[in-house]
Amino acid sequence: MKRVQFKSKFTPFLFVAPQLAIVLVFLYWPILQTFSDAFTVQDAFGFSKTFVWFDNFAFVITDPAYIRSLKFTLFYIFVITLVTGSIGLLLAVQANSVIHGKSAYKTLLIWPYAIAPAVVGVSANYFFSERLGLLYGFFNDLWGFNWMENVSDAYIYVIFAGCWKQISANFIFFLAGLQNIEKSVIEASSIDCKSSFRRFWTVTFPLLMPTTFFLIIINITYAFFETLGIIDTTTIGAPSGETKTLVYKAYIDGFKGLDLGSAGAQSIIMMIIVLVITIFQFRFIEGKVHYN
Amino acid sequence: MESKYSQFSTHLILILGILIMILPIWIIFASSTHDNLTLATKGMQFGFGDNFLSNYHNVVFTKGGFSKEITLLNLFLNSFIMAIGIATLTVVTSLLAAYTIVYFKIKLASTFFWLIFITLLVPLEVRILPSYQVVSELNLINTYAGLILPLLASSIATFFFRQFFKTIPEELLEAAKIDGVNSWKFFIDFLIPLSKTMMVAIFIFMFVYGYNQYLWPIIVTTNEDFWTVIMGMKIIFMRSLVSSFSYVILSIIPPILVVIFLQRWFVKGLINSGK
Repeated sequence: MKRVQFKSKFTPFLFVAPQLAIVLVFLYWPILQTFSDAFTVQDAFGFSKTFVWFDNFAFVITDPAYIRSLKFTLFYIFVITLVTGSIGLLLAVQANSVIHGKSAYKTLLIWPYAIAPAVVGVSANYFFSERLGLLYGFFNDLWGFNWMENVSDAYIYVIFAGCWKQISANFIFFLAGLQNIEKSVIEASSIDCKSSFRRFWTVTFPLLMPTTFFLIIINITYAFFETLGIIDTTTIGAPSGETKTLVYKAYIDGFKGLDLGSAGAQSIIMMIIVLVITIFQFRFIEGKVHYN
Repeated sequence: MESKYSQFSTHLILILGILIMILPIWIIFASSTHDNLTLATKGMQFGFGDNFLSNYHNVVFTKGGFSKEITLLNLFLNSFIMAIGIATLTVVTSLLAAYTIVYFKIKLASTFFWLIFITLLVPLEVRILPSYQVVSELNLINTYAGLILPLLASSIATFFFRQFFKTIPEELLEAAKIDGVNSWKFFIDFLIPLSKTMMVAIFIFMFVYGYNQYLWPIIVTTNEDFWTVIMGMKIIFMRSLVSSFSYVILSIIPPILVVIFLQRWFVKGLINSGK
């Protein structure tokens, strides 16, 4: 907060009102609705609701399909964060050190960021389709790739689709982070340390820590939520629900299965997961301000 | 000076990265210029074909949907209304909210802060079913308001503006107050010009976010007059391979152009926010 501030009775409320109104109607109201769904069971016709305490939660967390989905989601988040982070960092470091054609390289690497996950999914569909897919054919020749049957092949499919555009996001942020580092620090370090490889890991990378943490959060939220459009346009959870992320499962159970109680309980479990992530995020970003 | 060898490997790695990005899109584009028979018999194509104009003409102008009256142009219009609506309203509402939180001495400031920031916990994907219930209760199914408003309940932009305002020196407000500038004038004459880069960065970010929405438009529109390009990908226009390839290419052009042409602002805004 600022030391010097305006004092006014009416104006600040006027300024904050639009966002507050939207948040109250489109966030708090749905959250209340979620809680009401999660702790009740509706009869088949939707006429009456019965309060059932934690029955929906108990049902969800003892469901083997939910545990499978939880495990897959954590695995998916981990792989996407690691793969896109490393490739994005590698490309950003190269683009930052290149002497000729820097801006051309930058432009040619950032545009995939703008593509919708659902479009990436539809495109990946063609590369992994049995009939005309180039990658399907290639992998199939190598080891009999068939994502409709083999779980690990389905993982490869959704990992390819999930990682592709996110490399770009990582590249943009890492490059911005690298450009933010004072040139003099790097120049000074090049006198002390001849090996550019060691110089990177001992000087540059620690200075990139704030960007790295920020990107880990960005990648986690991407892999957790935004990949819904990818799953829905690629495997649709095949084979037998092995590639359903938690968000996708809640959507399918709620909208297609019309099981509001289970979907509500699943939403609340996800909110708790995001709460943990956000506490981590806040601590880091607030700490980062001091750091700079 | 770096050695010649290391510059060579630098270029090599970058070119490899660019190939990974461009090759899939090029293959889809090249395939979209052939005919269905070629694709069905010979698979996806690397080279340019003869049917570019006729394929793209068909995708843009052939009427589709249940009523057989809407074309891709209708979907584009809806996508732009949704994306520009979300981007503009997000910039305005979060700029105002962040201004209140940082620059006003009010008792409720921290309450407002938490009420708004809690939204970070609950992205639309998590509350999609109850949001649908709320939107249908408000009779906003099949309206632009229904497409736009729930996506504004996100505080990431407010958070970035707040971070940015905190980096503005205290002396600015002190000097302004000595000159007798009131809160409205300070906002319009000082803060808005200073925040321009940040506003453009957030506008781009939210435009892409809004344009790329997939699930929400599927859920909240049953009337094809409100369908958007991205949701239409799976529902209509999937008549043949070439038309879906052309559709993919056309659908990605607007957000890509926005990001490429405004990248300078975008990256500057990111650097600002990182401080």
